[in-house]
Amino acid sequence: MTKVDRTRLPDLGQESQFTFPVIQSHRLSNGLTLRTAEHRSVPVITFHLQVWAGLGFDPSELAGLAGITADMLDEGTAKLSTLAISEALADIGAELNIDVGPDVTNVSLTTLTRFADKGATLLADLVTCPSLRDEDFKRVKQLRLDRLRQLNDVPPAVAERVFLQLLYQDHPYGHLAIGSEQTLQAMQLEDVQQFHLQRYRPENATLIVVGAESHSTLLAITERTFGQWQPRNSSARKRRRPPDSHNLTSTVRLAVVPRAQAPQSHVRIGQLSAKRNSPDYPALVVMNRILGGDFVSRINLNLREDKGYTYGARTGFDWRCGPAPFSLEVAVDSRATVDAIQESIFELSAIRGSRPTTNKELMVAKASLTRGYPRSFETARSIAHGVAQLTQYDLPDQYFEEFIPSISAVEIDDVTQVANTYLQPDQLITLIVGDQQLIAPSVESLGLGKPVVLSPEGLTS
Amino acid sequence: MNVTSVDLPVTKITLHNGLDVLVHEDHQLPIIAVNIWYHVGSKNEQPGRTGFAHLFEHLMFEGSEHCNTGYFPPLQQAGAAVNGSTNADRTNYWEVVPSNAIDLALWLESDRMGHLLPALTQERFETQRAVVLNERRQNYENRPYGLAIAAVMERLFPPDHPYHWLTIGAVDDLHAMQLDEVQNFFRTYYHPANASLSLAGNIDTDTAFKLAEQYFGDIPAGPSPPRPIVSAALSGEVRLVLEDRVEMPRVYMAWHSPAMFAEGDAEMDLISDLLANGKASRLYRVLVYERRIALDVSAFQSSLEIGGFFLLVATGLAGTPLTSLVFAIDEIINEVCQEGPRISELKRAQAQTEAHFVYRLQTVGGFGGKSDQLNAYNVFTKDPEFFSADLHRYQIATSDSVRQVASQVLVPKQRVVLSVVPHEQGQLALTDSELVSVS
Repeated sequence: MTKVDRTRLPDLGQESQFTFPVIQSHRLSNGLTLRTAEHRSVPVITFHLQVWAGLGFDPSELAGLAGITADMLDEGTAKLSTLAISEALADIGAELNIDVGPDVTNVSLTTLTRFADKGATLLADLVTCPSLRDEDFKRVKQLRLDRLRQLNDVPPAVAERVFLQLLYQDHPYGHLAIGSEQTLQAMQLEDVQQFHLQRYRPENATLIVVGAESHSTLLAITERTFGQWQPRNSSARKRRRPPDSHNLTSTVRLAVVPRAQAPQSHVRIGQLSAKRNSPDYPALVVMNRILGGDFVSRINLNLREDKGYTYGARTGFDWRCGPAPFSLEVAVDSRATVDAIQESIFELSAIRGSRPTTNKELMVAKASLTRGYPRSFETARSIAHGVAQLTQYDLPDQYFEEFIPSISAVEIDDVTQVANTYLQPDQLITLIVGDQQLIAPSVESLGLGKPVVLSPEGLTS
Repeated sequence: MNVTSVDLPVTKITLHNGLDVLVHEDHQLPIIAVNIWYHVGSKNEQPGRTGFAHLFEHLMFEGSEHCNTGYFPPLQQAGAAVNGSTNADRTNYWEVVPSNAIDLALWLESDRMGHLLPALTQERFETQRAVVLNERRQNYENRPYGLAIAAVMERLFPPDHPYHWLTIGAVDDLHAMQLDEVQNFFRTYYHPANASLSLAGNIDTDTAFKLAEQYFGDIPAGPSPPRPIVSAALSGEVRLVLEDRVEMPRVYMAWHSPAMFAEGDAEMDLISDLLANGKASRLYRVLVYERRIALDVSAFQSSLEIGGFFLLVATGLAGTPLTSLVFAIDEIINEVCQEGPRISELKRAQAQTEAHFVYRLQTVGGFGGKSDQLNAYNVFTKDPEFFSADLHRYQIATSDSVRQVASQVLVPKQRVVLSVVPHEQGQLALTDSELVSVS
């Protein structure tokens, strides 16, 4: 046996070919769009229903309406009680996930292939005819009020809530799916019934089915189980997307939510950037990898591996149909708060020109994105999630095949250009959830002015 | 009922230096999972030096003799996902790489197994100590209820028992550690005879064995490390109260329970399901759905190598004493201990378990992926083919076996009950609770 050459790392072998899942699109007679993909490795099937019923459709006085409506889906149907639904899910070993996003609500159910019809029937029942009873509504509302109260003690949750408010202000994107105490208190069962009636409609939804069956079988299962979903008065069709959120600029540069004696400051730094379907998307994704999207990125290497200020620092986009937040999220040793923010803002600015992307950084970022891409197609659920993204952002069935070439085409100049377009140091908002007394003496040295002090609910005192 | 065949086939060899090599072929995607377990965790630490195994795990990513610039950069550039973790019993490291990077991954893993110490500097040690202290602040100190588990473990297990402390370690201990201790730790635990390498994915078995021999075959075996065996028992009910920055009071109830894969362990898993998994589970239904005296409830059989514990957690309503919540929980536990589960309940829990075994076959790598499961079976049972036998444990459980195990484990007078209450609201705790503090 030859001895291992430890003077150099081994070369990579020849890259293996990968065939992306083929997506087929269909439309049922009731207007429901269906997208199917075959995935045969394990006898598992995922039904993923995406409805244009995200928090962006919440009326401002009823923030949290989309969230509580989604929460009511598995609280009983015409046929099944709350407990019977829970038992029916367990009988087929199903996993039900309900996620309320800025634009869409995703309701997905994964089960064993042999229970495909039962699973689809159950999901259709939950989404199309929830009973929306007052006694369940009162219980769910109280649970959500209590959860809201608990959030005030969770620094990352407080930071998320207040940061969205600072970024989006009065736009519906500016609140969490759970809403606020005031709006939740104001909510009535009729509001939920109305929201469900208006938004949960076949022509307002896409079902994605991925599993160990042929496209035609997946289509047949869907027709059997979702074919009876009645479109409602189609002439009164509601707007498909949340209102646009252009031209929002915040006057706040620095805000603090006090948390006495906190051992760490939870910090967010960022601003609104691009829409997901922007042509700048590939360059932005590469920029993010270089700045803070990965372990080996400028900000993580600086704050964690060089300074030891944190367990980890990451930047990212919170994509949506409208302009998305681009932000850094990091929890740092309270004593290092100001230094960490200074370093971060330096990095966010430097990539625009004073320290442009290097060839090596570009190569690593692109390689990690493209070479790792096939991993996203391992499970029925992850494929369904990928197809759901295409659906939400109007991307074509062939998108998976276009991704790698689009990333490979990004050049240094493209990264510098998007950094200049979307990262403006004088627009960055910095939010600290932390020990105000400890940081007060040094925080003004950031040059961001006097901090605005906010409550965990984001209110000024 | 047509039962899905559920299996996780594997081939095993042991190299002459003692390294176990496990291979599972799955050619669905052009990726290979590389997973290494070292049979060492916080259980192998000494009082006064807790947190050592986990801090050490961090150092494994800082570089080794022949790749002295960090572990992540070459792998990330190859398109890999990379991570590792430490618990009481084991430390695992994994990469999921495109098939064409398998040599790179094995080269790097073998370099840090055979040649770590020359790259380990005082500076890297100090930085990772600071990182770990921040990990502790983020995940324990600055998180509501974050120190509750530490308070429970400190009383459930005596000071000389290795499950007495958390894997993250105590702050003072982390500060006290020295670089030379790290070096001794590496020599004792990080060698082929104390490790298990698992490869799952787009690779044929013969090639995998050949590569394992090529990269790891010349690393010398070390001595067999000591294996702590300590038993623990409670002689009465221990009541504790911890004040925290929280809005709602919460109760933690913990019992000693069977060790991993020991008799009764599977039954305790099923009990956790029927008590607190889903809205129709007994505790959720009564406490949250019907009587509305709790916001949430969860139950968990934590089976570890030399012992286990069963943990039940319920959050009460703001300002409401925990006594009535505990009383209601005790009534329901007593029912299960007296009568066992109904057949329909047991069947449902078994159906869920079986489905979850199938779901576990979906990913080759990462935490809980097939390569990780194979190492778990190999390290803890010496039988990497244990997957279907593992499932069988749940399938043969009966209402009577569940009742028996429940009544042996869930004894009211042999448990720790911790009340976590908001500051200044000590009156919400169970009566006669001893005030504790965890730093």
